[in-house]
Amino acid sequence: MTDVTITVNGREMKGSVEDRTLLVQFLRGNLGLTGTHVGCDTSQCGACVVHVDGKAVKSCTMLAVQASGSSVTTIEGLASGADLHPVQAAFREHHGLQCGYCTPGMIMTAVDMIQRHGSSLDEETVREELDGNICRCTGYHNIVKAILSAAGASQPQSIAAE
Amino acid sequence: MGVEGIGAKVLRKEDRRFITGRGRYVDDMSVPGMKYAAFVRSPHAHAKITGIDTSSAEGMPGVIGILNGQQLQGDGIGNLICGWAVSSKDGTPMKMGAWPALAVGTVRHVGQAVAIVVAETQLQARDAAEAVMVDYEELPVVTTAVDALKEGAPQLHPEAPGNLIFDWELGDKAATDAAFSKAAHVTKIHIHNNRLVPNPMEPRAALGHYDPAEDHYTCWTTSQNPHVARLVMSAFYNVAPEHKLRVIAPDVGGGFGSKIYIYPEEIVCLWASKRTGVPVKWTSDRSEAFLTDAHGRDHETDVELALDADNKILGLRVGTIANLGAYMSLFSSSVPTYLYATLLSGQYDIPAIHANVKTVYTNTVPVDAYRGAGRPEATYVVERTMETAARELGISPAEFRRKNFIRSFPHQTPVIMAYDAGDFDATLNAGMEAADVAGFEARREEAKSRGKLRGLGMSCYIEACGIAPSKAVGSLGAGVGLWESAEVRVNPVGTIEILTGSHSHGQGHETTFAQLVAERFGLPVDNVQIVHGDTDKVQFGMGTYGSRSGAVGMSAIVKALDKVEAKAKKIAAHVLEADEGDIVIENGEVKVAGTDKKLGWHEVCLGAYTAHNLPDGMEPGLKEGAFYDPTNFTFPAGCYICEVEVDPETGTTEIIQFVAADDFGRVINPMIVEGQVHGGLAQGIGQALLEGTHYDDAGQLLTASYMDYAMPRAWDLPNFKVSTNETLCPGNPLGMKGCGEAGAIGSPPAVINAITDAIGNNDLTMPATPEKVWKALNAVA
Amino acid sequence: MYETSYHRPTSLEEAANLATEKGDEAKYLSGGMTLIPTMKQRLAAPEALIDLRHVGELKGITVNGRSIRIGGGVTHAEVAMSDEIKSVCPGFASLAGLIGDPAVRHMGTVGGSVANFDPAADYPAALLALGGTIHTNKREIAADDFFLGLFETALEEGEIVTAVSFEAPDQCAYEKFRNPASRYAMCGVFVARRADGVKVGVTGAGSSGAFRWSDGEQALSSDFAPEAVDGLTVSEADMMGDIHGSSAYRANLVKVVTKRAVKKALSH
Repeated sequence: MTDVTITVNGREMKGSVEDRTLLVQFLRGNLGLTGTHVGCDTSQCGACVVHVDGKAVKSCTMLAVQASGSSVTTIEGLASGADLHPVQAAFREHHGLQCGYCTPGMIMTAVDMIQRHGSSLDEETVREELDGNICRCTGYHNIVKAILSAAGASQPQSIAAE
Repeated sequence: MGVEGIGAKVLRKEDRRFITGRGRYVDDMSVPGMKYAAFVRSPHAHAKITGIDTSSAEGMPGVIGILNGQQLQGDGIGNLICGWAVSSKDGTPMKMGAWPALAVGTVRHVGQAVAIVVAETQLQARDAAEAVMVDYEELPVVTTAVDALKEGAPQLHPEAPGNLIFDWELGDKAATDAAFSKAAHVTKIHIHNNRLVPNPMEPRAALGHYDPAEDHYTCWTTSQNPHVARLVMSAFYNVAPEHKLRVIAPDVGGGFGSKIYIYPEEIVCLWASKRTGVPVKWTSDRSEAFLTDAHGRDHETDVELALDADNKILGLRVGTIANLGAYMSLFSSSVPTYLYATLLSGQYDIPAIHANVKTVYTNTVPVDAYRGAGRPEATYVVERTMETAARELGISPAEFRRKNFIRSFPHQTPVIMAYDAGDFDATLNAGMEAADVAGFEARREEAKSRGKLRGLGMSCYIEACGIAPSKAVGSLGAGVGLWESAEVRVNPVGTIEILTGSHSHGQGHETTFAQLVAERFGLPVDNVQIVHGDTDKVQFGMGTYGSRSGAVGMSAIVKALDKVEAKAKKIAAHVLEADEGDIVIENGEVKVAGTDKKLGWHEVCLGAYTAHNLPDGMEPGLKEGAFYDPTNFTFPAGCYICEVEVDPETGTTEIIQFVAADDFGRVINPMIVEGQVHGGLAQGIGQALLEGTHYDDAGQLLTASYMDYAMPRAWDLPNFKVSTNETLCPGNPLGMKGCGEAGAIGSPPAVINAITDAIGNNDLTMPATPEKVWKALNAVA
Repeated sequence: MYETSYHRPTSLEEAANLATEKGDEAKYLSGGMTLIPTMKQRLAAPEALIDLRHVGELKGITVNGRSIRIGGGVTHAEVAMSDEIKSVCPGFASLAGLIGDPAVRHMGTVGGSVANFDPAADYPAALLALGGTIHTNKREIAADDFFLGLFETALEEGEIVTAVSFEAPDQCAYEKFRNPASRYAMCGVFVARRADGVKVGVTGAGSSGAFRWSDGEQALSSDFAPEAVDGLTVSEADMMGDIHGSSAYRANLVKVVTKRAVKKALSH
């Protein structure tokens, strides 16, 4: 067992874990932050995406010990108090979720995407950058719309007409 | 409509918890003393178990118990069953092989559960499961239904000689033969409907908790129908008596059919909890999901269509072999029969139809209903055949369809279904206009100038949902009734709880159902709480599948609301000294029509509970329940038009445009309905372009992870152009038909019709991967 | 995942010493984008993991004129977003932006990818076409001598990829045709043109990992235009074949994807 210290959603959290413990297992099991999900075991679905030191990473493909000393933001830490983060609000406004399972990872990926691209995001880039996030419910149509909206980017013609 | 009533785009009430990471799925659940399970699974597709040695595993760190199938049977836990009895055409009953929740004697597919290990941690359970030594004597393997029917094929179950489960037929064979003898043209086509893996993003999970103090069981499970799970686990599997078993399906991360069934794992977790004395949680990983979640589709079909000299359809002959996998899953028998062959008339007036369906055992994962269930297979048969016939005859596919449309309702097809309403011209017209079919040839030319091949394909689907009239399905072999129940509990302050037997796992019931109350009483949806997914809270229910939660589930709510409204009016009439018939309820007020006399809704509700001033003989309280049993299926229909561009150098298909013009009857929340269509389309396009399974000769599933099973990504899909036309369903109070499956039902043939149009070769199977398209192109080049 | 033990050195020397101490059963962990999924599947079970993410010597991108050196610990995202690399060798930066997905690019490293030599990895195609050099804590190895076969490189036990370096060519581009399921390259082609000729690196298609397509190089060296490879045939025998694409299909892709890479290079 190894002691880890990770700042999670602004609070320093300590724990003792087996070295083989994944970051997602630490977040869910040790900290009870069950908003981060596991949808596959090949690092492809992105339901587990969190931010480590400000960047989107797959918490199923990182050991908790690797993250020791880092700062982690999970879906639970995104909203400030009762106010939704603009990306969360956009997902609701545009019906960018159905069962909700992929949603935390989708939102964390979207926040990271918008941080990097800002309002220059376009549909093609959004679809490309969602390569590591799988949704089985929405067909992505409304997710793309929500991300473009949250980014303050213009919607493609076919969507803007709606 | 009010701002939150029927037809309003109301944002979802349930979203807040999901977007903030506060959803509660089964794997998020924890109870004191909870331990973790891992299953020992067969690495072989077909083998005799000659021994199970747990000695070294038992001594491993954290291990609490290891249990096997002999012990399960010894405790009287029953075999898994198929709940829909379908007989062969000669009258013999279907031949169901034994399926113990933990294998006894023989394993018949890779991934079948052989033993369960319970340990302190999930990692320890997995370590120990790997250390359980099972001796197998391998047996010959067969994975395709066609091969399984061959002379000398490996035999799976002693109960089913030749691996044949049943040889069933529907329709009038003599009339169909006669129709073909008069035909001016016969179109023949072979159809392969590819096996799919449902892949809801939340893998299945189960938490079984036996409480010896109360001799009571609780099962948290990823279910679309917790009451059915409780009924089946108690009445058939003998896990626990029904009144001693509580089943909770909390937030469930998608189902698409795969979470209808009661799987070995939840049965075993409950049983193991009693055996080991600890609550036992199992969570599937994706690899296990590929090997154990019921798969979908997997049909091989020969079709013949007979036409007269005027291109009117005379008859349709269909022969299908359906692969049901290694065991008969809960509703597996109904999918390739009553949910399939009954839809073979499509939108067309076909005087004679005959369908023959053989269902077969193979050494593969069991196959059952997956989004659409039988209806996508039927639609694919009909719409690929229609397109092929039009091409053979050199006529416009749209006009050929139009020529054969059914236009008068009700319409009795030759295959059981009586269509109650529809307007197929309307959806075809809407689709063609949205897709700008008139401008297609110019776009094809423009694409050609860029070296790309454009194609246009359509599909005019009809499906049956609102499953289902209990008496009718009972006469066809169903083991359950398919009504729904609801209870409306009005609180003394006027807020309302609706308890429903439907289960939401992405469909947005918490919002849509609340809109019924907004419509009825003018109350804000925030004053309504939808309660579902817990057998201790909700009286009973049949769950959510077959696009039934609107047409059946909401109809039950409407019936209960009728009773609440009637009682509230009686109370108000009494208090306001008015005639009951003059009372109206709107905008949260209970008024005497044409006067200024009124009560607030909350005043009536409080009055019902204080009971100080109720009509003589009236019981206090305001709570009503209802059961609703539909009188017919509902028949959503529509026209899907797909436009593709094929890159001839690589065979890659890009979907340029996808138009869906649907008729779902009454739409309650257009935003949610559109979302359902988008998702269905993604799964249908996934089937057409990307998704498919491969088994090798040894019965190993090669497409057993997202590395090899191509899940549709954002990049693979276009923005969809969807619209709805509302021909109301006469069979239920809201006029609803259902929208959950249409996208997956109607889209595959539209995509394949478009690609085959683009490449000029009709010989193409799903999924139309770049390589297959490239080969098909080279075959004609 | 089996049990393992985690170690976090902060210098190359410390890392190498740990590797010597732990012997065969130790593995270096860089971004972990391949190693951790493999361990999760219980297909790899190193008893010790030596994390290289905190080794300062592996960081940093240096561009000197047209010479580019990228530290082994530099992530794909850093390569993709490096203005310095983009200014002299945009084809290489754009390749990095096509690896995996954004989350993978934030963790995965150049050194890890090169050392692992997955048959569908993207960098090997580029390093072969660019005539790059792989630097280790012990020596320098030319790309042509480094990539030996499926998952097989010239690396010796305990050796660490500290950097890759290459001279930016006159023109270059990477074109990637993705496997529809895994999204890895089913065929990825990097073309690099210099005064003395053209080199073509191909990944994802070959049966023994990334390779240089010499017929293509000859044809493109005399005429750097997409049509130049039209008359060539790629031997199916040297191609990988699987459920996603037969060797015949991959052989076709090598040509088609090469043409597109050339077209892209010409448009830069």
